[in-house]
Amino acid sequence: MPIFTRILKNQYHDSVALMLATRESKHLVEITDAALMMGTEVNKTLLKQGGLYSPEAESALANDLIIVIKSEGDAARVLDQAQALLSAERTQDERASTKASTFRSALRARPQFNTAVISIAGAYAPREAREALAGGLNVLLFSDNVSLQDEINLKKFALSRGLLLMGPGAGTAIINGVGLGFANAVPHGEIGIVSAAGTGLQEVSTLLARQGLGISQAVGTGGRDLSKAVGGLMFMAAIDALQADPTTCMIVLISKPPDAESVDHLFKKLSNSQKPVVLCLLGADPPAQMNPNLYFTRTLEECACTAQAVFTSSNIDEMCNNESGDKPVREKLANIKGNFKVDQRYIRALYSGGTLCYEAQVIWQDELADPVLSNAPLFADLLIPDISTCSGHSALDLGEEEFTVGRPHPMIDNELRIERMTQEAADPRTAVILFDVVLGYGAHPHPAEELAQAITRIMENESQKEHSIVFLCSITGTQADPQGYEQSKAVLQNAGVIVCSSNAQAARMAAFLVKA
Amino acid sequence: MNIEPINAYFNGETRTINLGLHGFAADIEKQGAEVLQVNWQPPAEILPNLIFTRDGVSIDDANDTACQRIMDSGARLIGMGLAREVIPGMREDMILHAGPPITWERMCGPTRGAIMGALVYEGFARNEQEAEKIAASGDFTFEPCHHHQAVGPMAGIISPSMPVFIIENEKFGVLAYATQNEGLGKVLRYGGMGAEVYQRLHWMDDVLYPTLARAIDSLPGGIDIKSLIAQALSMGDECHNRNRAGTSLFLRAIAPALIRTQKNAEDTARAFEFIINNDHFFLNLSMAAGKACLLPAEKIKGSTIVTVMARNGTDFGIRISSQPQTWFTAPAGRVDGLYLPGYGEVDANPDIGDSTVTETAGYGGFAMAAAPAITQFVGGNPQMALDITEEMYEITHTEHNAFKIPAMNFRGTPLGIDIRRVVETGILPQINTGIAHKEPGIGMVGAGILRAPQACFEAAFNHFQEKFCSE
Repeated sequence: MPIFTRILKNQYHDSVALMLATRESKHLVEITDAALMMGTEVNKTLLKQGGLYSPEAESALANDLIIVIKSEGDAARVLDQAQALLSAERTQDERASTKASTFRSALRARPQFNTAVISIAGAYAPREAREALAGGLNVLLFSDNVSLQDEINLKKFALSRGLLLMGPGAGTAIINGVGLGFANAVPHGEIGIVSAAGTGLQEVSTLLARQGLGISQAVGTGGRDLSKAVGGLMFMAAIDALQADPTTCMIVLISKPPDAESVDHLFKKLSNSQKPVVLCLLGADPPAQMNPNLYFTRTLEECACTAQAVFTSSNIDEMCNNESGDKPVREKLANIKGNFKVDQRYIRALYSGGTLCYEAQVIWQDELADPVLSNAPLFADLLIPDISTCSGHSALDLGEEEFTVGRPHPMIDNELRIERMTQEAADPRTAVILFDVVLGYGAHPHPAEELAQAITRIMENESQKEHSIVFLCSITGTQADPQGYEQSKAVLQNAGVIVCSSNAQAARMAAFLVKA
Repeated sequence: MNIEPINAYFNGETRTINLGLHGFAADIEKQGAEVLQVNWQPPAEILPNLIFTRDGVSIDDANDTACQRIMDSGARLIGMGLAREVIPGMREDMILHAGPPITWERMCGPTRGAIMGALVYEGFARNEQEAEKIAASGDFTFEPCHHHQAVGPMAGIISPSMPVFIIENEKFGVLAYATQNEGLGKVLRYGGMGAEVYQRLHWMDDVLYPTLARAIDSLPGGIDIKSLIAQALSMGDECHNRNRAGTSLFLRAIAPALIRTQKNAEDTARAFEFIINNDHFFLNLSMAAGKACLLPAEKIKGSTIVTVMARNGTDFGIRISSQPQTWFTAPAGRVDGLYLPGYGEVDANPDIGDSTVTETAGYGGFAMAAAPAITQFVGGNPQMALDITEEMYEITHTEHNAFKIPAMNFRGTPLGIDIRRVVETGILPQINTGIAHKEPGIGMVGAGILRAPQACFEAAFNHFQEKFCSE
């Protein structure tokens, strides 16, 4: 089939915009395959590997856009169609844009800015973050693939100037009520959050919001902040700021498995905290002795209910008793449980949110006798040997780099998850497919609808084979989110998905289903 | 650590600049918060991100210090003297030239011409042929003006007998030197030789120098050149390639003293005429003032600010604050400009002179927006002048607190070229300049603009990174 190439000189587009346009163009009737990418050497190699290379592409430079279309149709027409997808994106873009092409020019035009959100490729991001900090901006550095040394330097530089450097790899922050990156519409309140785990922050803030509790500030620090090398530079600074913040009455701290030394350091710091502090350091052990103002929790759900209990001066054990919530779901599932075939024994969890994947593993440590393998395991010996196939219980964080090279994050694009759901559903050993649906700003505009459609398709196929799989999920979101919590829930339920009230509940229910 | 600014941030309103995914900006807008999308372009090359030196010095802090010292500097004309008597390290067998160090063999036509001319003017040679032999013999030492706290326009030749202005930066206790400007056309600094050139120089020694020196000496505080630069910038000069306002302001400042201290009216009148007929008379004062302000910015540990930028007609060289003794050089560039009748591009020598001290100190080509008339040299317009200055803010550390541009709402001029920014953005410093004929003995053939060569900034960046940053 013929390959058509078009080079547009000096037309920079963001790689995510290009990936989305590439995907859209593949859906066009006449187009068999397509690639829209910048003319970097890496991309040219990708074209060669993908069988979409033509000598014309060679002339493109890093700032030139390459459009390649495989089609039997008219060259000009199909290329125009693909190009139009990008200009549609652009027209929408320009609404919010001015002429500013750098932080400096933007700051000069309007010096009142105080925040920068940076989501360009990691290789370019440190320099821009430095420029933003030098210009006096607090930075949410969403970009991944920033070196550890760059992270340390940027954080030290930020602190030397009294600024926050949230990230790299920080997905979420809520500053003065404005959600940055992936964030949910939660009420303004008196609970301050510092989190080295993006979806952890989202899960806790939405669980609190659903109980009517609001957030004063939520600071994401990036997943590596509590590593030995970074030593919690931003985590500690953000805690200090929240301790001094008059609006914040209570502090919630969240992290994926942190470095032991950093945890010691953290507890020293908190030893005389006057404000109550609820901690959820997934996978970490509680210290032997603790300031009575500190509350150590093991899961995000426990973190949220403990915070609620402390905030409302209620009994923690009562507030955190999930039995009343779990019971009706379990009863409903008890009936389904009998329908599993003998070989159908395993949980296949397909996460878009990394922290949620950890939380589930923490719960399964207690609930399941068999090991749960993961690409983001709690302990190194539970690392899944091959990410492309699951055998026993598996928990995959599809937002990890090994899955996202060359494609958008599963929180903004459902395709990867749908592919994997289809694959796992075809495995006769799969009993439960567990997944998360993350709503909010930055996320996919209607994830529940897309996933529900896909699940309906899968179930139709499966029912022909007379083997029933349970789809279980939880929704991280609020009713005020653009996608709407209740609407999303209804759509999923209509497709036959069991929607749990939290990720922890979903994990418990999955365990219940596969336990003898 | 000071967390007060973070708490102030928490009590304010979140106003965001978004770089990258447009969806993030759209979502912030949806929440009713202020957001600006930057139309970012990736750089051609990914470079090491220099923030701290190996010793933990914050480069931005070091650059703050360097720029603050430039701005805190004053520049007063406090007197005059003969080069051999006042310039530190000057010797009888020494001739100073513009730009980085260079041997006689590699010197361009105008520099050779100016050196030969200076040897005849000094009486070391009877004619240019003899002068050429002496120059090539190795009997004379050639050193950059910049090694002696001096600056010279174009070939920048300073020989022992030449009178020089003395500029004092009182706050930092440093002095800088420059000769009297000869005017345009066939003049020594453009490589001009011949009787008329020497006659003019001798008149400047015998009449102009004592006349001016007496007047300056009679003024208790001298003349504040920095203040004249600031005023000239609001009168259409950029104080490098256009000095009409600066020259007039200088004459206004010195006129009463000239008359009070005059020996005879005719000499005074001729001094007036000489200055009036030379729109560039102020250039040498502007340059020496720039040098006086830049000297205290040298030797700041960890600073990536350019403190010297100069050309000898063969090489373009820079030095940075943290490495004040090291020149980073690249071949001098070709000037884009207008030529005097009878001359063209083929006659032009590559870029030459120490006058880029003005751009280094935050005016000259960097203040192009203050002097839109200059863009006519390259068929430009006032918008082009604004665009050029606007672009220079991308590569400078800060904005000058004393030099303001009326057309830009009195914004400070771009100050402090940061080699990191030059290399990262690929935006090169703007230079306004005259054009010398490439052959010795002819002189000025035009004027125009160009950009500094990238290679010397890259060399400085790599050197800085290896010497001070990499582990």
